[in-house]
Amino acid sequence: MAFSAFATATAAEQAPRRASKVALLLLLPGIAYLMLFFLVPLFSLVITSLQAPAEFGDIGEYDNAFRWENYTTVIGQYSAQILRSFLYAVLATVFALLFSYPLAYFIGVRARPYPLLQKLILVMVIAPFFISFLLRTLAWKQILSDESPVVAALKALSLLAPDAYLTGTPFAVVFGLTYNFIPFMTLPLYASLERLDTRYLEAGSDLYSTPFTTFRTVTIPLSMPGIVSGVLLTFIPAAGDYVNASREFLGGTGTTMIGNVIESNFLISLNYPAAASLSIILMAVILVLVTAYVRRSGTEDLL
Amino acid sequence: MTTPQPRKPRQRPSFALGKWLLPLYTTLALLFLLIPIAYTFVFSFNDSVKSNISWRGFTLDNWTGVCNAQDVCEAFGNSILIAFVATVVATTLGTMIAIALVRYRFRFRSGISLLLFLPMATPEVVLGAGLAAQFLGAGVQKGLGTIIIAHTMFCISFVVVTVKARVSSIDPALEEAGRDLYGSPAQVFWRITFPLLLPGIVAAALLSFALSFDDFIITNFNSGAATTFPKFVYVAASRGIPAEANVIASAVFVFAITLVITTQVTSTLRARRMAAKS
Repeated sequence: MAFSAFATATAAEQAPRRASKVALLLLLPGIAYLMLFFLVPLFSLVITSLQAPAEFGDIGEYDNAFRWENYTTVIGQYSAQILRSFLYAVLATVFALLFSYPLAYFIGVRARPYPLLQKLILVMVIAPFFISFLLRTLAWKQILSDESPVVAALKALSLLAPDAYLTGTPFAVVFGLTYNFIPFMTLPLYASLERLDTRYLEAGSDLYSTPFTTFRTVTIPLSMPGIVSGVLLTFIPAAGDYVNASREFLGGTGTTMIGNVIESNFLISLNYPAAASLSIILMAVILVLVTAYVRRSGTEDLL
Repeated sequence: MTTPQPRKPRQRPSFALGKWLLPLYTTLALLFLLIPIAYTFVFSFNDSVKSNISWRGFTLDNWTGVCNAQDVCEAFGNSILIAFVATVVATTLGTMIAIALVRYRFRFRSGISLLLFLPMATPEVVLGAGLAAQFLGAGVQKGLGTIIIAHTMFCISFVVVTVKARVSSIDPALEEAGRDLYGSPAQVFWRITFPLLLPGIVAAALLSFALSFDDFIITNFNSGAATTFPKFVYVAASRGIPAEANVIASAVFVFAITLVITTQVTSTLRARRMAAKS
């Protein structure tokens, strides 16, 4: 292309054009949609969270009010579930990070000379996405169940007490959360390690740094954007998940998370104000944690 | 004797972790990730009567008579329909936003970016409960329509992120050249911009379809009596999943993985051929 040099020069200089009718027309439908079906629902959630039971109404009938006690009530009633949700989510995020980092490093750095191998491994990492999330979790339930050969083998090897069980325990729930969100951790880590300039690593070893020091002072800081988005993409859905922890899947009576409480209040006992105030609490805590985390790690442009 | 020895060439640092340790770990990690998939696949051939929990022998009956299990096929059909409509709407709206964000400068830009980022940073259970509260307040009957509305909502942001990357990689000079050659705005869009955008749009559409097809949490809050495939599995989980559900999941898996591997391999081979040419 004869004009390519010229063309790229103008492309670099070109600033986005000023807003026009066209820009407005392009933005309007999608933004209106998000306002109507994302922002307004968040407001209705706030309104619902302050409602009081209708005076002569049936179960599930509420009047608008300003019952701030709804919040203190649910916090008092469900503090264990709230704390447990964040504990499980933190554990799942840490395990997913420990599991994913070497994997992402291999795909992004070591497999770099072999693009086809790189892509095939990536496909295998996202392969779990192509099988229903619920069926994957049920598969683990069967594999970890009392009758399964895996548990029998662990018992035979004395790694597990003869009367021990796995399903229905916090272990199983955290295991399920970790498994289900590993791809969300691996992909952003891969994306940032793939861009890692290995000459920095060579420079590190030329300056007589041990591999560990190079890793700690060069590799980790350079892959920080990937770590930040991976942690967010794992932590947020894990904190709100209610499939892994529910009794039909990997959980038991003692593993209920905030998502389970929101689900049962909203869909079964029709206690909408309680479900709504718990949702607002979950959302608020996540926003605070995310903002603090993003500020500290210095990756402010996430989109 | 005293001449300084030439320094030994240092090992590449990426190999410092041990030549075989990392490949071995990767292999084991991938095998671990694939265990539930293998399980689902194997149990789609299980000769079970109703609940598909323990192995009772090999049969092809579940594959030949998938729709024998009541409701599985209806739920699957609903999921396909919902994912299709949500994908078309979300991809259209999201692509328009992505073009506007890259090509134009306007007020409220950061506000709009925040509005696009927030749905991705909100736990699904909150998105689901919020919409359900809104439908409840407005007296809207929940069903297929409300599921489609919900799915479109959470897909838009993912479309914007995916397509935006593609728009930024397009050289605006190409569009300018089109205008210089007296192309109308519509001609410039359909003959220059759209073809260049297409790979990004296809990727965004596939992502939307996959997200919608597999969504359970938001669906559960907004489905009313309507069933989708994930909802069917959730309800059936307490009494045992029929093997036909494993058949459908395995078939979807084989279809999706074939599609992805083919596109990945062909794009890699094409890139290699292009590199060889230049």
